[in-house]
Amino acid sequence: MTAQTVAKDKPVEQIERATIRFAGDSGDGIQLSGNQFTLTTASVGNDLATLPDFPAEIRAPAGTLPGVSSFQISFSGSEVLTPGDEPDVLVAMNPAALKANLGELPPGRIIVVNEDAFEPGNLEKAGYTENPLENDDLKAYRVVKVPMTTVTTQALAATKLGKKEVGRCKNFFALGVVYWMYSRPLEPTLEWINEKFAKKREYIEANSLALKAGYNYALTTEIFSAHFAVRKASLKPGTYRNVTGTEATVLGLIAAAEVAKTPLFYGSYPITPASDILHELAKYRHFGVRTFQAEDEISAVGSAIGASYGGHIGVTGTSGPGLSLKSEFIGLGVMVELPLVVIDVQRAGPSTGMPTKTEQADLLQAFFGRHGESPVAIVAAASPSDCFRMAYEAVRLATKYMTPVILLSDGYLTNSSEPWRIPEISELSPIHVDHSVDAASYRPYDRDNATFARRWVVPGTPGAEHRIGGLESEDGTGNVSYDPINHDLMVRIRQAKIMRIAADIPPLKVKGETEGNLLVLGWGSTYGAITTAVENKRTAGKQVSCAHLRYLNPFPQNLGEVLKGFQTILVPELNLGQLQLLLRGKFGGNFVGYNRVEGRPFKVHEIEDKIDELLR
Amino acid sequence: MPELQRTIQTPSELTKKDFVSDQEVRWCPGCGDYSILAQMQKIMPELGFPREKIVFFSGIGCSSRFPYYMNTYGFHTIHGRAPAVATGLRCARPDLQIWVITGDGDGLSIGGNHLLHALRRNMDINVILFNNRIYGLTKGQASPTSELGKITKSSPQGTIEHPIDPVSFALSAEATFVARTLAGEPKHLAEILKRAALHPGSSFVEVLQNCNIFNDGAFRHFADKDVRDDRMLYLEHGRPLVFGKQKNRGLMLDCPTLKEIAVNTDEDREKLLVHDETLDDPGLAYSLSRLTYPDYPVSVGVFRYVIKPTYSGMLNEQIDNAIAQKGRGTLEDLFNSGHRWTINRDGTESREHR
Repeated sequence: MTAQTVAKDKPVEQIERATIRFAGDSGDGIQLSGNQFTLTTASVGNDLATLPDFPAEIRAPAGTLPGVSSFQISFSGSEVLTPGDEPDVLVAMNPAALKANLGELPPGRIIVVNEDAFEPGNLEKAGYTENPLENDDLKAYRVVKVPMTTVTTQALAATKLGKKEVGRCKNFFALGVVYWMYSRPLEPTLEWINEKFAKKREYIEANSLALKAGYNYALTTEIFSAHFAVRKASLKPGTYRNVTGTEATVLGLIAAAEVAKTPLFYGSYPITPASDILHELAKYRHFGVRTFQAEDEISAVGSAIGASYGGHIGVTGTSGPGLSLKSEFIGLGVMVELPLVVIDVQRAGPSTGMPTKTEQADLLQAFFGRHGESPVAIVAAASPSDCFRMAYEAVRLATKYMTPVILLSDGYLTNSSEPWRIPEISELSPIHVDHSVDAASYRPYDRDNATFARRWVVPGTPGAEHRIGGLESEDGTGNVSYDPINHDLMVRIRQAKIMRIAADIPPLKVKGETEGNLLVLGWGSTYGAITTAVENKRTAGKQVSCAHLRYLNPFPQNLGEVLKGFQTILVPELNLGQLQLLLRGKFGGNFVGYNRVEGRPFKVHEIEDKIDELLR
Repeated sequence: MPELQRTIQTPSELTKKDFVSDQEVRWCPGCGDYSILAQMQKIMPELGFPREKIVFFSGIGCSSRFPYYMNTYGFHTIHGRAPAVATGLRCARPDLQIWVITGDGDGLSIGGNHLLHALRRNMDINVILFNNRIYGLTKGQASPTSELGKITKSSPQGTIEHPIDPVSFALSAEATFVARTLAGEPKHLAEILKRAALHPGSSFVEVLQNCNIFNDGAFRHFADKDVRDDRMLYLEHGRPLVFGKQKNRGLMLDCPTLKEIAVNTDEDREKLLVHDETLDDPGLAYSLSRLTYPDYPVSVGVFRYVIKPTYSGMLNEQIDNAIAQKGRGTLEDLFNSGHRWTINRDGTESREHR
């Protein structure tokens, strides 16, 4: 916070945590406002988590409910692991945004509306027969009516912009209002505006004026009697940047390729919500990253296998329907034992389902969605920034064990963001890639004694010419073999190779006591909600522990021991009990599922309620 | 990594034998595939590329056993998908010579999409499509090149679908090198394979290949020795389109089609179309590819040979340009990017980075 932008004349109320939701038309610049608020909030030292939510339609008719886009951010002076269950403040830029979000706003919370947008046309499009600002509909809330369009237009009167362009600046006005409400400095956004519009001076002036006008409007008018301050979080010392799951995934892949001193190849076919990984990686040509937009999902994974065959780190990314299409090629990857990373950004299925909504229902597909005995390694990221670590791990395991690795992410992780402590290079696990070979004694299916991996010998190596393929190979020589004993042996070796990974991954950590009545065990993106719920319950004196699986195949070696320590194991999942089924198949235990498939992440209180129910 | 050279290399000391793998060849006796394998093994030492720089991909089908028999690098992939795997390798490795061996079912049915896109991207690979107009490995079903009405196990009353012509397909996809040859004409086959090998870009070669078990004699009517001169037209760049034992028939352009004429006088010769494989517009080549016996002679030879930038060439150029502009990225650069802030050991925070 800097002196110039802090209002002195209204009282400041210290709060522990705040959750704000910006909502408006998808053309209103809501995501931009949200991202700016996030960067500013990160820069003042709060911990935070964000959750964008956009309509599936690219440009649904303006002012309608399907066209509403929103962005939620939760920030605090303590650790923040979820974007918050419900907002404290809803910023609604039009009637549709109000209507679409009101249901999730508890009574007593604040609504900031653009009063100007509540005119008959917009009210009708949103399905209001009466103006909710003028009747009793909102009496349970603290409604702050701001004529944003009018004031923005006045503030920008001196600029040469037309009416339409002025209208586009009102998201900065709204942002200015919220900056004042939460005592945020304007500088980071002003700097951003200067950089972003460097070639369009008139937009720098207009957007800066709108931002300041919003801030000053909140400061000087009577609409607010006080504003809030949130203390800095005591984050671990280090350098941070805010990352979405997509960005963290990309950084993890590139970091792994750099450590492995091996080029990265990414073959992908556009699919929501995985396409952003392709867009982001395509920016890294100067790191030698080769991206290939394939003709279909099958070609995308096939090209990644081809690149791996040539000694590059072959990666493909997709979402559920695409994972189905890639199945046969992943099986080939299992058979020819080449490194391959398959990223599945899970979304609500089956079939096209709800492409922009999150879900965890591809776990069993990742395990079993291929013909034959076809084991692959499976890892899952727990939070947006954890995508870095697990993408890195996926590459490490794929290259060390010469196997396909499926990295499970989801729609929530890929779009949400949180601060990421940038690791020191020395903190990264080593990745050794070695294509060298003693050609005279080389046999394609000879294996390393420890990892059971075959050697990664690539075309171009003199004297080691050999053939591989999808037909069963003879142990050692790799020659085509229909021998029944050999097939049985090879099936078992491929399985054993994957199981060997268990010795190479960290043990499962338990938060809280390692024995007791109740363990909450999760995997993937439910980490934040589960951990927060368990911590809240522990603070309230309840005895409950939690643990989170990032490695799913193989499971951590101590998983069975951990499970034995608890009478009941609660397994919350955004599916109908897929991890639970696997656990029941492998381990004894009293497993209880908590399963929701609503296309959205768990809310903390939902898991708290379930814990209460089980501890009752 | 230096790019693959496109000229015939210093004659290597290797012989045909060095390209024969230790695997027993398991095609049916009398299969046309033997001839293609023999010619491929023969041209390899003639081209002189280092053995370790050569990769053969295949999909599934009789033809797709091919890589096992070549003593080079080889990868037997899955049905129809070899062009996709070859594409990945080509993007990663400019230094290799990459072949894709496919068939009429593998390349044009299950793998039609991949073949289309590999060709139109001018992916620098050599696709050799063995066309026997039947599914052999699965024992005799109709293929996408089986003629209309063909009686097979899966079409006892005759097929009710129109066949696709592989050369027409490749020309429509704008492959930059397109040719047709016959397994039964080893010399012609070898010459075409050599030219495909030396072409920088997507090379497509259809090899008419007899399946003596499930579709014997598929090409007999025009390709048998005693009739071929009259029923086939050998395309030669810069030469008029003449055929016949006596070279007394030819093709002239009679818009919008080609017309067969007798060639007896100089005046007739004047009318003949002169074959130009380097035309950018594949239209005329397409018309030639449509000619079928008995209405016309069947054309063999090179239909199209044009030089255009390749996908992998342009990809690597983008990488070189990005590195020239921004410098080769390092792990430090990666971690020092984006909007950053530092939490110091004393808990204070600074925002010096951009």
